[in-house]
Amino acid sequence: MNIVVCVKYVPDAQSERAFTEDNTTDREGVDGLLSELDEYAIEEALKIAEAGEGEVTVLTVGPDDAAEAVKKALQMGADKGVHILDEAIAGSDAPATSLVLAEAIKKIGSPDLVLTGMASTDGTMSVVPAMLAERLGLPQVTFASELTVEGEGVKIRRDGDSSTETIESSLPALVSVTDQINEPRYPSFKGIMAAKKKPVETWGLSDLGVDAGQVGQANAWTAVLETTKRPPREQGEVVADEGDGGTKLAEFLAAQKFV
Amino acid sequence: MTDVLVLVDQINGEVKKPAAEMLTIARRLGTPTAVFIGPGAETAKDLLGRYGAEKIISVSDPAATEHLVAPQAEILAQLVEKTGASVVLIPSNSAGKEIAARLAVKTESGLITDAVDVQAGESGPETTQSVFAGSWTVRSSVTKGAAIICVKPNSATPEQAQGAGELEEFTPEISEQAKAAKVTASEPKKQSGRPELTEAAIVVSGGRGTGGDFSPVEGFADTLGAAVGASRAAVDAGWYPHSSQVGQTGKQVSPQLYVAAGISGAIQHRAGMQTSKTIVAVNKDEEAPIFELVDFGVVGDLFQVLPQATEAVQGKKG
Repeated sequence: MNIVVCVKYVPDAQSERAFTEDNTTDREGVDGLLSELDEYAIEEALKIAEAGEGEVTVLTVGPDDAAEAVKKALQMGADKGVHILDEAIAGSDAPATSLVLAEAIKKIGSPDLVLTGMASTDGTMSVVPAMLAERLGLPQVTFASELTVEGEGVKIRRDGDSSTETIESSLPALVSVTDQINEPRYPSFKGIMAAKKKPVETWGLSDLGVDAGQVGQANAWTAVLETTKRPPREQGEVVADEGDGGTKLAEFLAAQKFV
Repeated sequence: MTDVLVLVDQINGEVKKPAAEMLTIARRLGTPTAVFIGPGAETAKDLLGRYGAEKIISVSDPAATEHLVAPQAEILAQLVEKTGASVVLIPSNSAGKEIAARLAVKTESGLITDAVDVQAGESGPETTQSVFAGSWTVRSSVTKGAAIICVKPNSATPEQAQGAGELEEFTPEISEQAKAAKVTASEPKKQSGRPELTEAAIVVSGGRGTGGDFSPVEGFADTLGAAVGASRAAVDAGWYPHSSQVGQTGKQVSPQLYVAAGISGAIQHRAGMQTSKTIVAVNKDEEAPIFELVDFGVVGDLFQVLPQATEAVQGKKG
């Protein structure tokens, strides 16, 4: 079973995230890291590969620093990495990102399974997996909280709002996983040492046959008109409970017409 | 006037509140056409017409709903072509966003998700979204193809305006490829009888401070007619189901009133509730970061404060 895991290098959610003057995400002024939600996809790929035969390739699109995301995945145990690096990609929207990923996956070779996280922790749109599936002509089963490979197909469990569903699909398929699916491993010392010898390929757009006019901020299918930092919320009244905290709370709610 | 397609948010034929909100938004942008995929359009017809749907396109082919999102994206792509619609509004939930994603690629159209407001602009709809855990506001527009916009619940106050509400059946062509994934089993969850978390006007959430006992949280929620949410810590501890998790990896809610009980307010949680209109917190720890966000806070034991507040609210309601 050959698996490609798509990962993203994102600004740390714990830091002060911001936009730059051209309304793109500021990736310079903040620390970056492998999107936490992608670690679950890597872990799941490793578990499947370890249970049988196969290879796990980790794929990222992003600036120089994004190589760190690939490195972390290799340290966890992925077999090889592919980093799509091209200045023309900067500011790309989701359709363009999915195009680059799709062409990269075709070049890697047709995997049996493409795994992704449930969302990135910066953009949080959750649309790239579906766009990628559309471009690759694959079925997509998303938000898996359990994943089983059975023969020629894959079976997942999804916890929805009104029901818990079992979903089956033929392979190849694209599956996105939630943070409920597993407990991602930490890279071991051995893993960190081994990662140094693992192959990482860096490809540009020309390697993928993608034209620069199909990607980048100028060719996005949407435009950001304006970004504004929200003023911090002004702290209201905080009272210590002296036996009447609940009553005071109810009075506040009544004054605000919630009661 | 341009046609605006609205994918009707419904479960088993029962129209959900965001459908009326989205029809209200659609009227700002053009002529609303409701797209009803699945059985039950006949029953829903009057309600959709009341909120301004001029046309209701019903797609009752069972293949449309048996195979997750891919067939629905094909149906909408066919309808965009057939009607020449320049705007498509889709509910911004996980299935909706996936349908929209596939539709955007199929029709080479720009996609905006998680819109909390949509207004008519000079060259098409202009949207507003909250990003980076609600710390920034972004306004966007679509520059290519039809404007495909995923709209969050509570993005507009539903306003009635009678539309013709003409029902017509559409027979789609669904490819074999779109049928590759199938729901093979579905186990309904026990219904709490409380409002849906992302649609509720009031949400009361519990966290680590409950120690696993959500009864004061639920009691207070029920007095207020609120939905119940939970922090990641409470969900990870197995105290409350994941579908109730509020936060970055759970639901993003934006109610009129959010009550956080026994929740410290880590960034993970704030990402899911920071845009709530009014925020109230009860926490034993006066240093808890949640207090930085509140309009009103009580430093105290939620097991004392919430039951007393529940009783006081009941008293006020008479």
